[in-house]
Amino acid sequence: MSALTLAARTRQWSREQPWQLFAAQISVLVRNEVRRNLFTRRRIWIYLLALVPVLMILTHTIIDRNNIRTAQIEEDTQVLAGIVQLYYFRLGIFFACMGIFTWLFRGEMVERTLHYQFLVPVRREILVIGKFLAGAVIAIALFEAAILACFYLMYARFGAAGKSYVFDGPGLGQLWAYLLVTALACLGYGAVFLALSLLFKNPIIPGVVIMGWEAIAPIFPAWAQRLSITFYLKPLCPVSLPISGPLAIFTIVAEPVAPILAVLGLLTLSIAILVLCCFLIHRMEITYTAE
Amino acid sequence: MTSDARQIVFDNVSKFYGEVLGVNKVSFSLEPGITSLVGPNGSGKTTLMNLLTGLIKPSQGRIYVLGLTPQQPIEFFRQVGYCTQFDSFPPGTNGYDFIYWPLRLHGFGSDQAAKLTNEALERAGMAQVAGRKVAGYSKGMRQRIRLAQAIAHHPSVLVLDEPLNGLDPMARAESIALFEAIAKQGMHVIISSHILEEVDRISDRVVLMSSGYVVAEGQIREVRREVRDHPMQILVRCSNASELAAAAFQLDHVVEAKILNDGHGVLVRTRDADQFYLLLNKIVSSGLVEVDTVAPADDDVNSLYQYLIGSDGGPV
Repeated sequence: MSALTLAARTRQWSREQPWQLFAAQISVLVRNEVRRNLFTRRRIWIYLLALVPVLMILTHTIIDRNNIRTAQIEEDTQVLAGIVQLYYFRLGIFFACMGIFTWLFRGEMVERTLHYQFLVPVRREILVIGKFLAGAVIAIALFEAAILACFYLMYARFGAAGKSYVFDGPGLGQLWAYLLVTALACLGYGAVFLALSLLFKNPIIPGVVIMGWEAIAPIFPAWAQRLSITFYLKPLCPVSLPISGPLAIFTIVAEPVAPILAVLGLLTLSIAILVLCCFLIHRMEITYTAE
Repeated sequence: MTSDARQIVFDNVSKFYGEVLGVNKVSFSLEPGITSLVGPNGSGKTTLMNLLTGLIKPSQGRIYVLGLTPQQPIEFFRQVGYCTQFDSFPPGTNGYDFIYWPLRLHGFGSDQAAKLTNEALERAGMAQVAGRKVAGYSKGMRQRIRLAQAIAHHPSVLVLDEPLNGLDPMARAESIALFEAIAKQGMHVIISSHILEEVDRISDRVVLMSSGYVVAEGQIREVRREVRDHPMQILVRCSNASELAAAAFQLDHVVEAKILNDGHGVLVRTRDADQFYLLLNKIVSSGLVEVDTVAPADDDVNSLYQYLIGSDGGPV
């Protein structure tokens, strides 16, 4: 088949698709999933994962309120970088995404409600996209709000010096970078955990394996590192952490890539995993008794 | 077996759960009307319905519903409504939302979805309680709200797994009337039930299942006729019952002719009902016997069940 024929067929296929219906269905799916997953008491532990650093910084701000020195700004910038890179990217976002994205399908199997999603005129690929976007909205909203709160609490206590650091110095650029990396982390981990939930009845153990892989990936060859989420996140972090010893494995950038390539690389990896999810969802059957 | 745009076709369908048989080599086609799937627990009724609606996939064979398959979900699920036996609901949902949001997934706008939701709630008798959380509903109400969801988009094929379970007599009668009304509009209604008397009364045809096999399929009387090797019972209420019994015994195909306890009739078991009716006509015209009523005594699903499966198919 020539490239021209293939392009013509693709155009023909594209014209035949009910894109408006797909968009409407995705919007309903996102709305339903967000309501089901965000506003529920069972998700309190995810709020806590996001808010623990905020509470710690708030406590530090209150206790240390009489001991503020402008020179501390650089020090606190390192602390914030440590919180984002070591806590949020390695633990907070990781486990929250595990909780949110594995529950999207697996939760419906446990609650015996997935058949309702399979009995409506929605293509299963659309179901995957809708649920993934809902999970992404929840995770991104929660963690971006938490990082914004951390950032505000960290610099607001410095008054004019803090304001100057943020708006006249590197602060605002760091904030945008953190928000971008947080969103990418949610998308990347989200895709991974969505796939795990479709592959395994109990995705917890594979999740722990993924966590181990993310930690040790830097010691593997470059091509293998590209299969880890943190490989793409680390080059985008605006502040490098001066960590030495074994813990440096969490911050070292073994194979530096340009930021734009890191963004595109992570998005490509996420899309590839979502395509796998689309194949997996077609194999899925409603057999609640086997759960 | 070819698929017809009006038929539901099972073409040599088998489903295995690992080594466990779900259904085996099922082939039949259904015309519009009410079809009942009858069989004891574990006979494969729900498996057949789940296969039909694509919730599970056949290990072999093909299924067509009005020429469509579940691999074309947009077209397929606009035609099909399935009220499953799963008594579970999305957490926190109320009756109205339970119907409204799936309609939005069908692509209906908010006004049209609201209209269809209210209509379905009315038809299922749930309009008054639509605002309440489903978690607070009785079993019968949960059954009816699922039914309302299944019919809300006006499907051409309505699949109902034990739809009368948990309903009080009034709701049961209303549901049966609803199924009949839907079938009269030229639609397919496929019902599984263990309440054989109700199924018997409303069905246009029956599919009898046992241990994953279809043991008989067709109109109840046709199925009964196919079971020629088993004598059919005919109850004759008449005067001079001993004369009739004696005459009946002369026929080779009559296995038994039992005079009723009150002496005003005979229960005949025959392998050839048509021949017996000819004999009866002769006796009546000779004036020996005066007949009040003649009726098949075992022309219902329950009797078929006893013949075919050795079970009464009653509730387990």
